[in-house]
Amino acid sequence: MPFSALSELKARLDTGAVSAREIARAALHRIDAHNGTLNAFVHIDHAYIMAQAEASDMHRAKHDARPLEGLPIAVKDIFCTQDGPTTCCSNILRGFHAPYDAYVITRLKEAGAVLLGKTNMDEFAMGSSTETSAFGPCHNPWNIDCIPGGSSGGSASAVAGGLAPAALGTDTGGSIRQPAALCGITGLKPTYGRVSRRGIIAFASSLDQAGPMARTVKDAAMIAAVISGHDPGDATSVANTPGVDWPGACGRTDMKGMKIGKPEEYFVDGMNTKVREAVETALKQCEAMGANIVDISLPHTEYAVAAYYVIAPSEASANLSRYDGVRFGYRCDHPENVLDMYTRSRDEGFGAEVKRRILTGAFALSSGYYDAYYKKAQQVRTLIRRDFLNAFEQVDVIATPTSPVPAFHIGEKTAEPLAMYLSDIFTIAVNLAGLPGISQPCGMAFGLPVGLQWIAPAWREDILLSAASAYELATDWHAKTPADFTAKRTGNAA
Amino acid sequence: MNIDVRKVAMLARIRLTNEEAGDLEPQLSDILSYVNQLQQVDTEGVVETAHPHDAAMPLRADVVTNTNRRERLQDSAPNTESGLYVVPKVIE
Repeated sequence: MPFSALSELKARLDTGAVSAREIARAALHRIDAHNGTLNAFVHIDHAYIMAQAEASDMHRAKHDARPLEGLPIAVKDIFCTQDGPTTCCSNILRGFHAPYDAYVITRLKEAGAVLLGKTNMDEFAMGSSTETSAFGPCHNPWNIDCIPGGSSGGSASAVAGGLAPAALGTDTGGSIRQPAALCGITGLKPTYGRVSRRGIIAFASSLDQAGPMARTVKDAAMIAAVISGHDPGDATSVANTPGVDWPGACGRTDMKGMKIGKPEEYFVDGMNTKVREAVETALKQCEAMGANIVDISLPHTEYAVAAYYVIAPSEASANLSRYDGVRFGYRCDHPENVLDMYTRSRDEGFGAEVKRRILTGAFALSSGYYDAYYKKAQQVRTLIRRDFLNAFEQVDVIATPTSPVPAFHIGEKTAEPLAMYLSDIFTIAVNLAGLPGISQPCGMAFGLPVGLQWIAPAWREDILLSAASAYELATDWHAKTPADFTAKRTGNAA
Repeated sequence: MNIDVRKVAMLARIRLTNEEAGDLEPQLSDILSYVNQLQQVDTEGVVETAHPHDAAMPLRADVVTNTNRRERLQDSAPNTESGLYVVPKVIE
């Protein structure tokens, strides 16, 4: 039960073998037993969860079941929810209660899902390790001395540890795919504009995108089907996009004729050799299943991290100017005047990494530096997009490692911000180009999971899902569970 | 790369303690030195990306879509009075 896929739970609910209440109770039992160790959830409301499950069971008794009827889904603390706190794991939003639900939260509720609570994350999604959270670091179920990745580390840890069957995350520079890889689960970042950003606390508006984190490719597709679609309330949500047959795309069983690009810039000296071996082995497996592996080049890859660390902080410095101690959030005690209120509230409310990013962005946008930094980075971004467009003239899909290293130790990189930034080296270009990407488990290194990343042309999530589900069918990496969280049987009826 | 951390912090309306400024100065210098490699790229004539799919910003009809929720919206404010946000004195 703790490691059942969402689709298995759905089948058991549909036959009446189990109720939404039993599933919710079992999930809460797991959370009570293990969240103290993992710190994956930062807000849990037992009564609220059971009330939703009860309402779902009643709905099922009277009507046809909705697409996610009775299925528990955890959500990152970045999604605004009318019920309970929404804090983005920042002290500046401690105690904040959102006045409305994010669009994707509304979609999940309308689909019958049971919202399982808010998961831990790097403060304002700024980080790759879930160590900058105001609620303390989150731990990786595969080795609790290691980070779960970030920024959606709580969502990844919750799913990998068997505390939730699936979760929502957000991905600005790899924040769904990298923690999914480091925790041994599947994480999908949709095409930019596929999923509404309304009600998702903004970090970098031209890069942010929400997506599912789950145990299987099909589970990720089930959630993506519910949360995607045009929302007139988000000006960057794209109307009339090519549709995806989400379940249909997961039915591929071979890779005959599939042209898979292997970019030389993603298989380099300096990356962990065991990670490289695992991904190379995965590609050999794809070849055995009928795929053609084509060596390609994405020549501007080496500039992606630099472009990102100008663009994302610049957008963040603008987005986070709203935290001023006036309309919501933290205000310092006894401000002497308005300037003192702004500057001290922001100093006391934001953590060190958030301040670093705001200052980096404020500098890049400041008079005299704008052209050299922000404009230049947006031009390089265009070149990175062109690299992908050129590559997709030759291949259907691109395969790479998701992260150059497996999960590192808690505290290992906190003293060196730049070293932390470089851990996103293989995921960032996808956000700059607005493309869809998925990470799925493809091996182990030093007892820790390794992730395989698939990248497809814009709006072609169907290609990602086809490649990933064919690979999943032929391998069993996705079915592995961390021993320390598997051995303890909960003995629950469900 | 030298950066006047206090000047930038004032632009961003963030007070910095001496200790914070001391930590941030070398960190920001490191980050900016790293991103300076962008200068090696030939971007002559390259148009900047504004939207990843070059989508235009749509306009919506100018109609009221929200009901008045002032009280709910002000629930989270640090200090309000009679529907107004209370801040320290602005004009002497």
